[in-house]
Amino acid sequence: MSSATTPPDSDPNGRRRIHSMLKLYYGLNEEGKAADQAESLDPCDINGPHFDPEVYLNKLRKECSLGELMDHESCMVKQIRSLDSDMQTLVYENYNKFISATDTIRKMKNDFKKMEDEMDCLSANMASITEFSARISGTLQDQHAQITKLSGVHTLLRKLQFLFELPARLNKCLELQAYAQAVSAHRRARCVLQQYSHMPSFRGIQDDCHVIMEQLAQQLRQKFRDGGSSAKDLSECVELLLQLDEPAEELCDKFLSHAQSRLEADLQGLEAELKDSAVTDTGGGSVQKTSPGSNPVSPSSSVINPFLSPTAGTDILEFIDRGCNEFVSSLCLVIASYQELFINRPQEGELASKNIPEMANGKLHVFVDTLAARYFSLVERRIQEEKGVSDNSLLVRALDRFHRRLQAISKLLPGSAVPSHGTEIVVQAARQRIKQYLSALQTFYHDSLTDVRQALAAPRLAVGGASASGGGASSKDATPSLPELLASLSNFILNQLKSVLASVHLFTAKDITFSNKPYFKGEFCSQGVREGLVVSFIKFICQSSRQYCESAGDRGGSTPPALLLLLSRLCLDYETSTISYILTLTDEQSCSEITEPLCLLLDNIYWVNTIEPRNVRAVMKRVVEDTTSIDVQVGLLYEEGVRKAHSSDSSKRTFSVYSSSRQQIRYAPSYTPSAPMDTNLLSNIHKLFSERIDIFSPVEFNKVSVLTGIIKISLKTFLECVRLRTFGRYGLQQIQVDCHYLQMYLWRFVSDENLVHFLLDEIVCSAAHRCLDPSPMEQSVIEVICERG
Amino acid sequence: FVNKLQYLARIDRARALTAQTAETDAIRFLVGTQSLKFDNQIHIIDFDDENNVINKSVLLHDAGEIWHISGSPADKAVLTTCYSKTSESRVLTCAAVWRMPPEWESGNHESPDDSSNNPQTLELLCHLDNTAHGSVACVLWEPMGDGKRVISLAENHVLLWDLQESSTKATISSSATLEGKGQLKFTAGKWSPHHNNTQLATANDTAIRGWDLRSMSQIYCIENAHGQLVRDLDFNPNKQYYLASCGDDCKVKFWDVRHINEPVKCLEEHSHWVWSVRYNHSHDQLLLTGSSDSRVILSNMVSISSEPFGHLVDDDELSDNEESQQEDKGKEPLQDSIIATYEEHEDSVYAVEWSAADPWLFASLSYDGRLVINRVPRALKYRILL
Repeated sequence: MSSATTPPDSDPNGRRRIHSMLKLYYGLNEEGKAADQAESLDPCDINGPHFDPEVYLNKLRKECSLGELMDHESCMVKQIRSLDSDMQTLVYENYNKFISATDTIRKMKNDFKKMEDEMDCLSANMASITEFSARISGTLQDQHAQITKLSGVHTLLRKLQFLFELPARLNKCLELQAYAQAVSAHRRARCVLQQYSHMPSFRGIQDDCHVIMEQLAQQLRQKFRDGGSSAKDLSECVELLLQLDEPAEELCDKFLSHAQSRLEADLQGLEAELKDSAVTDTGGGSVQKTSPGSNPVSPSSSVINPFLSPTAGTDILEFIDRGCNEFVSSLCLVIASYQELFINRPQEGELASKNIPEMANGKLHVFVDTLAARYFSLVERRIQEEKGVSDNSLLVRALDRFHRRLQAISKLLPGSAVPSHGTEIVVQAARQRIKQYLSALQTFYHDSLTDVRQALAAPRLAVGGASASGGGASSKDATPSLPELLASLSNFILNQLKSVLASVHLFTAKDITFSNKPYFKGEFCSQGVREGLVVSFIKFICQSSRQYCESAGDRGGSTPPALLLLLSRLCLDYETSTISYILTLTDEQSCSEITEPLCLLLDNIYWVNTIEPRNVRAVMKRVVEDTTSIDVQVGLLYEEGVRKAHSSDSSKRTFSVYSSSRQQIRYAPSYTPSAPMDTNLLSNIHKLFSERIDIFSPVEFNKVSVLTGIIKISLKTFLECVRLRTFGRYGLQQIQVDCHYLQMYLWRFVSDENLVHFLLDEIVCSAAHRCLDPSPMEQSVIEVICERG
Repeated sequence: FVNKLQYLARIDRARALTAQTAETDAIRFLVGTQSLKFDNQIHIIDFDDENNVINKSVLLHDAGEIWHISGSPADKAVLTTCYSKTSESRVLTCAAVWRMPPEWESGNHESPDDSSNNPQTLELLCHLDNTAHGSVACVLWEPMGDGKRVISLAENHVLLWDLQESSTKATISSSATLEGKGQLKFTAGKWSPHHNNTQLATANDTAIRGWDLRSMSQIYCIENAHGQLVRDLDFNPNKQYYLASCGDDCKVKFWDVRHINEPVKCLEEHSHWVWSVRYNHSHDQLLLTGSSDSRVILSNMVSISSEPFGHLVDDDELSDNEESQQEDKGKEPLQDSIIATYEEHEDSVYAVEWSAADPWLFASLSYDGRLVINRVPRALKYRILL
């Protein structure tokens, strides 16, 4: 803000003036000394503080012409005149105002003087009034004191009279059984007596009263203990006792223990019944086992039917009924009266502060919980005894009743855990029931499976014996029973499942109260019934089937593949996803059965020096027989499936594959070290024209597909075995004969006969490769041998 | 550059395949042919990684058809074969140690029009005389040894040989005999690279047995390891107690030999006999199996490999978190899985083998003589490496 900071070329004059004027206005003169100096440097400013008339005049005289000076002078005179007149008006106005103000002040002085006089008068009057009033109260003092005293005496006398009459009155009340009056009277007198108990007369009264009240309390307690009196009486009783400073806790305890003994009797009755039923159960079980109609679907008499109920002395419905009627209803009664007595009572006076309802409520909850727990354990035991699965409706009804009665408790006692616990029991029971059903189904399934196995095994043994002794004719007898067995088995299982589902359905019936519980609405259906029962049953079936398969694999084919087939079909009927698994297992099983003898045979014979083939080997015959029997078995269970069209005489056509001319090319003299490509070339050309054969395509559920799979894998295994051996001349010929034999019989089982051709071709080809002296047999000779065999 | 490269080499019927174990520079496989009628050969398949060219050299093996072949871990010119010899209408499988002639490498590549070019013959070092013991199933070199010790499995005998005088003389240093009921012929065996090379695993019928070579006694026996015959074994190169086996029940099973009651894991991917199983030499989650359903399956068994399974984040990886997070997302779903199924073969695959030089390369051999060289898919390779 100082001029020093201001650049000299930025119009310093204008700025300085504005600043200085502002400073003048705010009285900041001392600050910018530079500004003052600058001001004083200009003495020609007529309005400035440092105006020097001499300088100004000199300046004017130097600068201006005469005319200008004249003008300036006249202008100056005019200004001076106007300033003079302005000053005169201002002085005049100010003088007028001053005069009027003086007048006003004078007037005010007069008025105040008058007011002062009146105030003096008022204060004198007030003083006289005070004096009079003091005199009046002084005269009335004595009388007033007397009256007060008299009235005090009067009330005292009345109180005394009441006190003296109190024992008599209490007695009278006692006689009239007007306990309430007595108690209220005593309550009123109690503290006075307490206060003046040091005076003998009062003491006497107090003692009397005490005795009487004691008596009264006794009587009340008696009445309370009897409990027989009406609820209203009881509540009055409790109220009075409470007023008599009887501890509420003790009362509650007494009340509850009293109730408990009664309820306990009920429970003991129930327990005794439970024991009785257990005894009668074991004792009379065998007698009642043969109840008619309980076992309509048992496949054989040897099966112990799991659906028989263990007949108890009383059925569960009766038991629950009794429990409800006796225990639960009296429990409800107790709860209701207790609540009326201790919890819902209107509280008054200092009693309210004792938090009785809370305490009482706590006690009640503990009481109810312990009793209910015992009851529940009894019920649980009873339900657990309900092992049988036949009379589900009874159980459901019993549970329903149980649950319904517990609802009453829940209404009475909103915060209690009892109803939820009860629901839990119901849920538990339902779950357990489902488990029982499941295990029953499982045992049932096992039993029927054993039956089927037996049924299967018996004719199979016969077949085995027969075929061992040389004939395979009886194999036809065994197989027709397969579809029947399957039908009956699946029927049994289906019926069983249906009945189980029907009885489970009872749990969710509309008229059952607990069916509305969220558990039963959702989880029970989905989790319990569907997952727990049906699905796990199916899983069980699959698993057991699997076990059969796997154990079969380990022990080397001890399970009849027919059984596996049956199982696979069974699974197909229930759930499609697992079947492929079972089926492939079945496949493998059958295969290993067929191929094992083949491999064994290949192992056992020294192929390098066998004799000239005269016959089809017995093993091949057995393979064909086995395949036929499998075909029959599978055919019984599965549909035929699609087969590629055969040529009119397939068995004849097969010869062309082994036509001697071709073999000549393939095996005989073309093997020279110089031309190793030929063999590959031939087989490669062959492969080029035959489609690549997928040996391990997935199996479908029809007979042809299954059998094709079996044969394919068997032949592939045969091929692998052949490739591991080294053959002599006759070894090769034997393989030729065998393959031809297989060719003759196997084509009819498969969907595409070319497949068999290809594989058998490959076998012979490999055998030729592995032959030290590859001189193939004449085709005609092979034919003769095969037809003879 | 194609991710999955495969090269075909045509050989005559063949079963025996091995990687040249001692060769660590060139990718080289040895294939032994199987022919009863004319001279058998050993094909040396060289794969030129840079030019993607296969070079084939042939050495004559006139002793008989080759059932098994294996290369010395110390000298890349030395190998053993098991070959069948027919005498007096009996077939006996013998074993011998051979040396490749030194000149074979010098431009002796067989060309198709040059059939007159007489292949050179293997130089016989010594026979592993087995006339007293029966047919030899396989010969095993001491893993990463000095090429002085081999084991041959003959019928039901385990014979440990010492090769002396630069492998020209073989003497039995110790032997063991499996006795008992049932089928006792050994079908396969593997010399464990762990425990200081003192353990051997053999397979006979459905059982896998472990042997201690110091005492030549059995140390464990997995009865019924497979439902049917056990065809092959391999030790996990990084986890000393783990081994894989395969067999005629179409399964590949993984065993912890300390808990032999149950397999650690079981794969059922093949639909016919599994003939060969091989762990990758350096990344033991990679497993190769070959089967007579003419498929080769490369599986990634992360959960039982020596690689940390699940999630491991290094500190320095955390530092550049954004990048590593993205990587983690890609990494996490590495689970046991089939990486690839190779269906190039048209006949049964009897042998699969990893290259000794390149851990991402493997060869498979089928009966019709087709050798296929494949690579581990590049994406997986980078996932394992990075």
